[in-house]
Amino acid sequence: MLISIVRFAAYGWIHKLYIEPDFFFSYQWFEWVQPLGSWTYLIFIICGLSAIFVSLGLKYRLAIITFFLSFTYIELMDKTTYLNHYYFISILSFLMIFLPANAYFSMDAANDSRLRAERIPAWTLDAVKLLICIVYFYAGLAKLNSDWLIQSMPLAIWLPSKYSLPILGDLFQQSWTHVAFSWGGAIYDLMIPFLLLIRRTRIFAFVLVVIFHVLTRVLFPIGMFPYIMIASALIFFDANIHNKILAQLSRWFNIAKHRYDNGEVYSFPKKWLKQSALTVLTIFFLLQVALPFRYVLYPGELFWTEEGYRFSWRVMLMEKTGYTNFKVVDSETGRQFYVDNTEFLTRFQEKQMSTQPDFIIEYAHFLENHYKQQGIKNPEIYVDSYVALNGRGSQPFVNPDIDLTTIDQSQYRQTWLMPFNDEIKGL
Amino acid sequence: MKKLIYLSLSLFLLWSCTDSSTSGLNEDEFEREAILVNWADNIIIPSLNNFETTTGSLKATSEAFADAPNQQSLDNLRDAWLESYKAWQHVSMFEMGVAMDLRYRDNMNIYPTDTEEIVENIQGGGYNLELPSLVNSQGFPALDFLLFGLAENDAVLLEYYTTNENAESYKQYVVDLAERIDSLTNVVHTDWTSGYRDEFVSNLGNGANSSLDMMVNDYIFYYEKNLRAGKIGIPAGVFSGSALDSHVEGYYSDIYSKDLFLESLDAVQNFFNGTHYGSETTGESLNSYLNYLDTTKDGTALSDLINGQFEEARLRAEELNNDLSTQVETDNAKMLSAYDALQLNVVYMKVDMLQALNINVDYVDADGD
Repeated sequence: MLISIVRFAAYGWIHKLYIEPDFFFSYQWFEWVQPLGSWTYLIFIICGLSAIFVSLGLKYRLAIITFFLSFTYIELMDKTTYLNHYYFISILSFLMIFLPANAYFSMDAANDSRLRAERIPAWTLDAVKLLICIVYFYAGLAKLNSDWLIQSMPLAIWLPSKYSLPILGDLFQQSWTHVAFSWGGAIYDLMIPFLLLIRRTRIFAFVLVVIFHVLTRVLFPIGMFPYIMIASALIFFDANIHNKILAQLSRWFNIAKHRYDNGEVYSFPKKWLKQSALTVLTIFFLLQVALPFRYVLYPGELFWTEEGYRFSWRVMLMEKTGYTNFKVVDSETGRQFYVDNTEFLTRFQEKQMSTQPDFIIEYAHFLENHYKQQGIKNPEIYVDSYVALNGRGSQPFVNPDIDLTTIDQSQYRQTWLMPFNDEIKGL
Repeated sequence: MKKLIYLSLSLFLLWSCTDSSTSGLNEDEFEREAILVNWADNIIIPSLNNFETTTGSLKATSEAFADAPNQQSLDNLRDAWLESYKAWQHVSMFEMGVAMDLRYRDNMNIYPTDTEEIVENIQGGGYNLELPSLVNSQGFPALDFLLFGLAENDAVLLEYYTTNENAESYKQYVVDLAERIDSLTNVVHTDWTSGYRDEFVSNLGNGANSSLDMMVNDYIFYYEKNLRAGKIGIPAGVFSGSALDSHVEGYYSDIYSKDLFLESLDAVQNFFNGTHYGSETTGESLNSYLNYLDTTKDGTALSDLINGQFEEARLRAEELNNDLSTQVETDNAKMLSAYDALQLNVVYMKVDMLQALNINVDYVDADGD
């Protein structure tokens, strides 16, 4: 995670994403989270430092809380950059606040012999395993739809464009490859939690994990996610494998590992601490299990409205391209004109905005305020927009006759989007 | 125990950060390199060759005009200016390599030009056209003003270059503008012919930095911003709510704005079809790539839809007055109709084509949600 932060900074993304734009897309209920100008760098520094402290196991509890807060703050600043794996890191770090990850092989434990423990309660590890299982399994469930399984979409669009890879480049032009990858991906996601849990298949499963994620890393611009998942999968292994890795590390860094091998079992210092940790985790997991299914509460095609799409482990499911053209009408004079989006948004923001209804509404409200300040008393905002989803031709997206200043996020999106002229079957 | 995760994670990351994305070339049914080669060798470099010839003659005629400012040398200079301005329409969209570093397009063709700044430059002297702040007072639009817009008729206009107290400065400014157009073009042309061409053609990968992705992004950006908006939409008031007649290209020469637009429309359509510069021959292109991918929309080939839309826009534009600023004042509806035809192709190219070709829009991770 430290590397993730450094990578962000090294690519100049902090400036590009959080300082350059005039306008940021906020999450509902988190509109108060905004970039802080040049101070944004400080948040990144804090986040990076806390990640180092967590790795060292120094002042663990404070460090992991700081990491969780700063990382999550960064994510909440602009939802343009939403990625499932950032969300995964956020909730994993939240989970780790309640786990005694500093009991063994950490500087805290080195400094405080009472904290030192060779063993920790099984449920603390199981919690992390459960989270990883949820991620995989739900990602697999989300693939059980007709676009993915029958049409091989969006892989049938993505794979052929990877023509320059050695050997694979040719295979990717074949439609049977798209089918195989689609089905393989779905089966992998659904099966891998069980293969990792069962001792006999664990090593085989881990080999699969490595192959699968290295492949996704080569194919898609999804940053650190593959490595995080590969590393996370290690937690399924027995303690003696971890001990071997740590022994090796101890030799390299000259750490007295045996100090930690005291045969103690970690116990929470206070009973109420353990109980509240368990309570929080129970609620946390109930939420995690329920959240991905919230889309059934909303009308309309999920892929079209994206209502209930985020935070649901729906990864790499859609190729959506869009184009939006905002028309401002001065309701008093009837004067009307179109907005040049590049005046307010970066290319990346514009791309993300064009296909996601909540972005469109938020931007429309931003434009309303902007033109009010420019002296238009009562601006109406209409949008001509087209979206192409998973290889279907472009279709009108937002209803062009609806004044978007009269719409807010609480209204069902189906009421102001054009109907999706197709059906995607499945979960 | 969790520490382990972090440690092993770090190891993985260290290893990962050193891996460079694979970009080897191998045989493929559809040879994408052929598109780049066709673009570079048959469109971009020949267009630049031709354009460089015209800027050379623009420079020469400007010097002849400065030596002897009269009706004849003025007419010659105007002809050279128009010929070069038209040739520019075939070059403008290729803002990459050294052209991007130089902000070539901005230096050549920002309009409306800043007439006050031009006059200040001439009267004050000591200007440096390389300053980014002076992009508004140079290039073709500045020459347009100086060769056509200084006075109501040619006799009075010529007085600026003969009897005016600053006549020497006026002549010098015209020469300096032509000289700068020519020298910038030399730099861009040399860049393409000595190295950048090979770099361009061999940059094959799939990322946002690959030649194909960059070129397609730049092409659509040019089409949307400079052609659709700049030449038609902005004068028609699409972005302001009221027509802006002074925002047409070639405003002061009055009669060339439509021609310049049609020329640029030919250029973008030729690029789409891979049509060799100055010939009817076509090579590998976005058109043939879309056909290879068999991209259709409602049963019609997307490439046909896009070409049909180019034709439609051309038909509507041919209805317009030669002087687009007259058009927006007399009958703006026709101008808006041409704009609508151009607009529909933005949808075809930016939504349908980009999806079919899976072009990366920017340099940031995105996992498709």
